[in-house]
Amino acid sequence: MKIMVAVKRVIDYAVKIRVKPDKSGVETANVKMSMNPFCEIALEEALRLREAGHASEVLVVSMGGAQCSDTLRTALAMGADRAIHVSTSHSLFPLTVAKLLQALATSEKPNILLLGKQAIDDDANQTGQMVAGLLQWPQGTFASKVQMDKEAVGSVTVEREVDGGLETVKLQLPAVITTDLRLNQPRYATLPNIMKAKKKTITQITPEQLGVQITSDLEILEVFEPPKRKAGVIVASVDELLDKLKNEAHVI
Amino acid sequence: ASTLVVAEHEGGALKNSSLSAVAAAAALGEGSTVSLLVGGSGPLLRQAVAHAAKAHPAITQVLVADWAKLDHDLAEPWVEVLVSAAQHSNYSHVLATSSSFGKNVMPRAAALLNVSPVSDVVSIIDEHTFIRPIYAGNALCKVRYTGSGPCILTVRPTSFPASDSMKHEVAAPITELDISSESSEILRRSEWVGQQQQESDRPELGSARVVISGGRGLKSKDNFLMLEKLADKLGAAVGASRAAVDAGFVPNDMQVGQTGKIVAPELYIAIGISGAIQHLAGMKDSKVIVAINKDADCAIFQVADYGLVADLFEVLPELISKLPEKAKLSSQP
Repeated sequence: MKIMVAVKRVIDYAVKIRVKPDKSGVETANVKMSMNPFCEIALEEALRLREAGHASEVLVVSMGGAQCSDTLRTALAMGADRAIHVSTSHSLFPLTVAKLLQALATSEKPNILLLGKQAIDDDANQTGQMVAGLLQWPQGTFASKVQMDKEAVGSVTVEREVDGGLETVKLQLPAVITTDLRLNQPRYATLPNIMKAKKKTITQITPEQLGVQITSDLEILEVFEPPKRKAGVIVASVDELLDKLKNEAHVI
Repeated sequence: ASTLVVAEHEGGALKNSSLSAVAAAAALGEGSTVSLLVGGSGPLLRQAVAHAAKAHPAITQVLVADWAKLDHDLAEPWVEVLVSAAQHSNYSHVLATSSSFGKNVMPRAAALLNVSPVSDVVSIIDEHTFIRPIYAGNALCKVRYTGSGPCILTVRPTSFPASDSMKHEVAAPITELDISSESSEILRRSEWVGQQQQESDRPELGSARVVISGGRGLKSKDNFLMLEKLADKLGAAVGASRAAVDAGFVPNDMQVGQTGKIVAPELYIAIGISGAIQHLAGMKDSKVIVAINKDADCAIFQVADYGLVADLFEVLPELISKLPEKAKLSSQP
């Protein structure tokens, strides 16, 4: 069985972002970039499935500018077998990413396509669902548990984090799974594995070679800072707090 | 605008969050029509349909998909119905709440209609221009949809308040959808197995007037029970930070934050929560924020209207004893 994992390069989760003065976006120059945390969880899950004997190959893919290969190199150091970089300088919205992934899935024929449920930059939470629709594969989004079914070969049981608690679905393979935070704790790449990863191949391919035209039906007009909350006060006691809530804020 | 709103219902009534999606659809412009799609089967569906027909003055039509495959929030059958409904009537917009259901279903439908959806809309500028948070709400993005297909949105319910009080007397017409032709192979490839749900008689987190949340500072599952006592007195819902959920103190559906629930109550009390940006993303639109934490430097105090720097294990019992019983408070339902 083959697992394909899609990963995205984003501003590191620990960086406090700054909106550009011209409001065209968020400052990315000289800012630490990392693999999107949800993508790390997706990759970790793929590696664990391979280690448990359910998969023979973990293929990792990413799309974007030249520096995507850094993220793919990290994925190879974590343990992925092979990488494909869809190289483009265009900015990509989830629909285009989903079409590129559809083309890759059609040629690579993975049994499972694993993705993070969302990227922490645009917070769109769309790509996995979209590629599942395009491929006409079933989807298990926001997964907190993934279990290959023993009694029914070719299916996977996914526990999902939903508003009302936890939901369980059973999907026939091939399927798309997107990962939530509590699925696993991703590993760190070890030094020997970082060295080994340098020898693994990253195949470069273009959207044109995949037959995908990059178009967009969305336009980002402006990125700006949210209104700041006005500074509050520190109260000295429970009595003062209750008094303020009652007589100043009128909420109790 | 002619809008299709995909509704969720529970216990024979529309969810309040779906009424928020209706409110957002009405905000798309004067003279907008709103068709509400309600799916499922059995008597609960019928009750929900009857409720939906009178639930909001903006609803011009209720579409019913009577199909047992829609009883659960399974994306594959829902998307089949949604896409054929959207294609049949050429809606200008298709809307749902950005709940776990909406987030699961809408992007899949959008891909099949070959359009880019806009998720988690917090403000509607005009029919095709919207504001949505990015970077966990640390920035806002104004985005315009320029495509020719229907504009597909999920909206954040706390940004479009609506409630059962919108009810009116004249029922919107009800139309039954023909789902007999739905036979796509995909329907056989996914199956709903079950759901673990926490039973609680407290108000729902997403719509409660008061929310009390606990963090890692509570130290244990048992200590969370103290929050319940406080919540009883205030008629509040109980939430938690991701750290408290990860530590196993409470189940995942109580998580408030970027990847949990987004809340905006009248009063939010954060107890033993340090205020990671992912948590702030889920609650900073609350009207009044109270933070109780023994660490005066933690980030939660930067968004709090009232901060109390103290040991929560001393403060909590005092708060509970000094608050009157719930009945004596002038709280709205």
